[in-house]
Amino acid sequence: MTLQMKSTVRRSGPRVLVLRGGEVVDADGRRRADVVVEDGVVTAVGTGVAVPPGATVLDAGGCVVAPGLVDLHAHLRQPGREEAETVETGAWAAALGGYSAVVAMPNTEPAIDSAAVATEVLALGRTAPVEVAVAGAITVGRAGERLAPMAELAALGVRIFTDDGAGVQDGALMRRAMDYARGLGVILAQHCEDARLAGGGSMHEGPWSSRLGLPGVPAAAEEAMVARDLVLARDSRCRLHLLHLSTAGSVALVRQAKLAGVAVTAEATPHHLALTDAACATFDPVFKVNPPLRSEADVTALRGAVGDGTVDVVATDHAPHAPEAKDVPFDEAPPGMLGLETALAVTMEAVGLERALAAMSWQPAAIAGLADRHGGPVAAGAAANLCVVDPQARWTVDPATLASRSRNTPFAGRTLTGRLRHTISRGVAVVIDGEAQR
Amino acid sequence: MTHLLSIADLGREGIEEVLKVAEAFAEVERRPIPKVPTLRGRAVATLFFEESTRTRLSFETAAKRLSADVLSFSAGSSSVKKGESIRDTVETIEAMGMDALIVRHASAGVPAQVSRWVRRCKVVNGGDGWHEHPTQALLDCFTVRQSVGSIDGLRVLIVGDIRHSRVARSQVLAYDALGASVTLVAPGSLLPPSLEGWPVTVVDDLDAALPDADVVSLLRLQAERGSGAFVPSLREYTAHWGLTAQRAARLHPGAVVTHPGPMIRGVEIAGDVADLPQALVTRQVTNGVAVRMAVLFLLLGGAG
Ligand SMILES: [Zn+2]
Repeated sequence: MTLQMKSTVRRSGPRVLVLRGGEVVDADGRRRADVVVEDGVVTAVGTGVAVPPGATVLDAGGCVVAPGLVDLHAHLRQPGREEAETVETGAWAAALGGYSAVVAMPNTEPAIDSAAVATEVLALGRTAPVEVAVAGAITVGRAGERLAPMAELAALGVRIFTDDGAGVQDGALMRRAMDYARGLGVILAQHCEDARLAGGGSMHEGPWSSRLGLPGVPAAAEEAMVARDLVLARDSRCRLHLLHLSTAGSVALVRQAKLAGVAVTAEATPHHLALTDAACATFDPVFKVNPPLRSEADVTALRGAVGDGTVDVVATDHAPHAPEAKDVPFDEAPPGMLGLETALAVTMEAVGLERALAAMSWQPAAIAGLADRHGGPVAAGAAANLCVVDPQARWTVDPATLASRSRNTPFAGRTLTGRLRHTISRGVAVVIDGEAQR
Repeated sequence: MTHLLSIADLGREGIEEVLKVAEAFAEVERRPIPKVPTLRGRAVATLFFEESTRTRLSFETAAKRLSADVLSFSAGSSSVKKGESIRDTVETIEAMGMDALIVRHASAGVPAQVSRWVRRCKVVNGGDGWHEHPTQALLDCFTVRQSVGSIDGLRVLIVGDIRHSRVARSQVLAYDALGASVTLVAPGSLLPPSLEGWPVTVVDDLDAALPDADVVSLLRLQAERGSGAFVPSLREYTAHWGLTAQRAARLHPGAVVTHPGPMIRGVEIAGDVADLPQALVTRQVTNGVAVRMAVLFLLLGGAG
């Protein structure tokens, strides 16, 4: 029993719900069905199910009813950067994006490298509209020098460990982290970036960086660490997850490693499936992100890799920054983009609805160890964590209306197809017709 | 012209227009009182977040010769040291009634960002990081044209640290727009990582390329590049990529040499080569004022 499982939400929203007229899409396929939810559990799925007395009926006509999304990679900024985001505001952004669970990244201030900080963030998550799990740091203070107390954190239910924001540079230390993590049954998640090869660059190294005179981050900075960690994982037999892969070369390395039986999963972000380095031509720091937006060929390769399963997960890398933090020269701006409220539409446009749901719901739920209550087939007895999506609805992204405390979306003004309509989190309709039920 | 952020904002016609107007202002400079009332009542601010006395003085002289009021702001000044953001600084200075801002910054793209923050000011890129230095390229073209006649069909050889050079990026665009063919020669570590889409030829051997060149554009090599991280030593750089006296002797008689300054004599150019009549360095400085007058006139001259 983990802390997350003990959490209960006492919200006044309707406890008996019927999602009527939609098409259920989950790992078992597609079918027309109404879904009845009572006290946090799906109690009936089918056509012509009886509406329990006192139920709230939510229209799902023309919509897809799916397991709630699970984000493996959200920077909720609390503690330390509450001006950019909090667990509460980030969780609302998640709910509005169709998520029923998010994994909070540990690069907070202080970092989540101890039971005390992990407990604090988990406690903040207990009153949030969606489930908040935490990832722990691999090394103390994410400094890349000494191992963090992974066993202590694992005992609190922490399942994923990462120094995200930076990669573990020291190959010997990473190898020992893998040996240690294997016995704990946890997953090491790497932000693959060789810091020396990255050389302080601020966009993808290529024709655009060369033209714009901005220092570049070569694809090799990512691929060198991907290659290193794949051979370390092969030898250690530790479960390895590669965060936000961005290059065609990384994808090729993962494909080869999976064929060879290495226990690796891989992730890509919606923005790397949708945007290229050409976006940096205006020098607007909203397009600065790490890893950087890459070339058209990289985008094509990533889409293919999500399509064929080489990349298992699409995760947001939701990285809020206060407006003044991005009102600085491009090379001085902090990297990162908002993602939670646009991820599903952007990913559906890139890889189609079915692949998007697999990569954003049941596959990440399994990796995060949340599959007992998230991402499972929509069937009687399942935990009621669901999203209802209108796949045809078109909408224009307006930063001013986002639930996030920050505004740094790269999709401002863009018209997207596919809109979240309702989110059911732990049996409660936290979003109805696109409106947060605060 | 709304702003001058990149040579690409001008195109061939825009460049030709600047050069034509600059010729008229070069005449003004030869008068006993080299001043015209064209921009009387207008105000120009130089915002140099990265210090460059020669470029700032050139812009300020240009503005004064057009009778504009000049406000000078440099990075050492108090507001930046107190941590005021560039955006706040720009908004404050615009609120003082400025009509044009000349922006120089060590980071690429800052003039473009400033152009989105201002309400009505015109913005001129006075050099941004490794990105561009459009007025430098314009004055290079002006000086070469003055000395050779026409840029069209010339063979321009750009030598040196192209990777870190805003001057080279603007020159390539300007010379290409005016019909020259551009060749780059540099150690591989000082070339941009990708030259895809650049209208240039790259050669490895300076000695082979020199006799064909009509214009040799030398770039400054910052001393720290010669410390082993980019080239093994300044000595090795000079031996292979410097314009030594022996190399200069192999230039054809009509060829000219430009340098954006400040020169490091003995590294990218030999001291006695810098003093040869084909070296246009001093004329470049003189023409810089007329070219910047032309840019300010074209940006501000219309509206009263
Ligand atoms: Zn990361």
